[in-house]
Amino acid sequence: MKISYYPGCTLKTRAKNLETSALAAMDALGLEVEELTRWNCCGAVFSLADDDLIHIVAPVRDLIRVKESGHDTVVTLCSMCYNTLARANELMKTDEVKRKTINDFMDEEPDYAGEVRVYHLLDFLRDEIGWDKLKEMVKKPLTDLKVAPYYGCTLLRPADVAIDKPDNPRILHDFLSALGAEVIDFPGALQCCGTYQILGNPEAALSASKDILADATGHGAEALALACPLCDYNLGHKQDIMMTKYDGLKEVPIYYFTQLLAVALGLSSDEVNRFDINRESAKQLLESKSLIA
Amino acid sequence: MSTTADETKKVEAQLIPIYIMGKQYEVPESLTIMKAMEYSGYKYIRGCGCRGGVCGACSTVYRKAGDYKIYSGLACQTVVEPDMYLTQIPFYPALRATFNFEEMQGKPEEIFGLYPELFRCVACNLCTKICPMDVEVMDYIAALKRGDILAAREISFDCIQCGLCASRCMGELPQYHIAQIARRLAGAFLTPKAEHLKTMVANIDTGRYTEGLDSLKAMDLDMLKTTYSDREMEPAVAGDDWTPKENSNL
Repeated sequence: MKISYYPGCTLKTRAKNLETSALAAMDALGLEVEELTRWNCCGAVFSLADDDLIHIVAPVRDLIRVKESGHDTVVTLCSMCYNTLARANELMKTDEVKRKTINDFMDEEPDYAGEVRVYHLLDFLRDEIGWDKLKEMVKKPLTDLKVAPYYGCTLLRPADVAIDKPDNPRILHDFLSALGAEVIDFPGALQCCGTYQILGNPEAALSASKDILADATGHGAEALALACPLCDYNLGHKQDIMMTKYDGLKEVPIYYFTQLLAVALGLSSDEVNRFDINRESAKQLLESKSLIA
Repeated sequence: MSTTADETKKVEAQLIPIYIMGKQYEVPESLTIMKAMEYSGYKYIRGCGCRGGVCGACSTVYRKAGDYKIYSGLACQTVVEPDMYLTQIPFYPALRATFNFEEMQGKPEEIFGLYPELFRCVACNLCTKICPMDVEVMDYIAALKRGDILAAREISFDCIQCGLCASRCMGELPQYHIAQIARRLAGAFLTPKAEHLKTMVANIDTGRYTEGLDSLKAMDLDMLKTTYSDREMEPAVAGDDWTPKENSNL
C-alpha cells in the first residue's frame, strides 16, 4: 500500500525531530510513504470566516497533488496540517457551492471533490495496522516510562475531522499502551496550550501551558507525548521561561509521539530521533530508563 | 494567369488589428509585439533591452477578444494575434530588501527576516499563471516558506526578473527579489565550492600571470591580432580528454 506523505513546513525547519523519527518508524513498520514532489504550506490555520475561500485554496491544492500522484491516501504528522487538510477536504466533499467556486478559481488544476482520504499518522496506525499488531512489532517496550498523552485541540476539534471521540479520546492512550509505556491520564490532556497567543499575548499562553505541565506532573507523569509542533513550542521550548516565572513548576520532557514510537521499535540513533531539538531532559530520561544507549 | 517576375516577388503582408493601450492599429501578422509597436509608431526608450528573450525588460500583458483570461509574454518574443489587447509593464514597483552580504550565513531565517511578507502567500498561483518564462513561482515561494533555499534556486532558475509575478500577487510579495536572494545565498553558502577556482585565484595572487599579461599589453595592434588569430583552438569535434599543447598558463 503506497501512500502520500504531506510533511508541512515546520517539519522541514523547527520540528525536524518529528519528521525524522516518523519516517524511520514508518519504514520500520513496512509502510511505504512517498513525500509529495510538489506541495505548499497548508495555511496552518483553517479559516473560520464563511466566505474566506481563498484560504481554502492552499490545502485543496495539496490534496489535488495527492490525487495527481496516483494515491488515494495522504498521511500527515503535524496535527495543525492534519486539521487544515482534513477540514478543507470535508468542505470540498460536502459543500457543492463552495466546491464549485474553488474549482472555478483554480482553473489550472483538475477539479477536486474530496476524493483523497486524509489521515493523521495516529489514526492511520490504529486503522491500518492496529494496536495489537503494533504491540507485536515493539522491540524495546517503554516499560516504567510514565507518559501523559497530550492531545491539544486540532486532532479532536471540530468533531467531523476528529481522529477519536472529541470529549473522551483514547487513541494516544492506546498508542502509548501498545508501546509498553505507563499511561498517565490527566484532565489537562484536552486543554489548549495557548497556541499563537504566545506571540500576541504570551502571558496567557504561558499560563495555559503551565497549568497543563503542572497538571501532568501532579498526576505523576515523567513526560508528555504530543503531535503538534506549536504545542511543543509552548510546552517544551518555553519551559525555561515558565520555570523561572512560576514557583514549583517541575521540568518535564516533551516528546513527539513518533520519537517514542521510534525508540520502542528499537530505533535509538540520534539521526532518527534528533533529541538535540528537544529539551535536554528528553534524552536524559530515556537514557536513565535504559531505553536508549 | 500570367505574372511578371516583379509581381511574383511582391508579397503583401496580411494586416491584422491589434489594440495598444486601447487604440486600434493594423499591423502585419508576422511581427512580434515589439516590432508591431514600432511599426505602429512607438519608439522604445525604455521597456526594451536584449530583443532576445532573456533580459525581461519588455514584459507585456494582453487579453484576447472574448476571453476572460490574462495572458503574458515578452514583447520581443511573442507574435501578435488578431484582436490582441496589450499593454507593456516594463517595470513593476517591488520592495527590494537591502542587506550586507558579508554578514549573511545562508539560513532561511535570514530570508524570513528580510521578506516577512513571504508568509502572506495564500497559494493562489496567480504568479505562476502570469510568468512569461513558465517559472513555477508559487512553488519556489512554497519551498522558501519551508526553508528549502536550494529548491527555490532550482525552481526559479529561469526567472528574468520582469516583475509580472509581483504585479499579480494578492499577498503583495516581491517574488522575484526573494528568488534572487535565495539564488545568491545558495551560490555562496549551500553549494560546493569550485576548488580549481581557489587555485586559479592563488596563482593570480602569486603573480604567475603578470609576465604574460604585461607582454600582451606591450604588443602593437597587428601583433595582438596575429597572436589572437593564431592561437590554438579546441577543434569543433573534440574528445573529453582534449587539452591544448601550450598549457603553461593552466
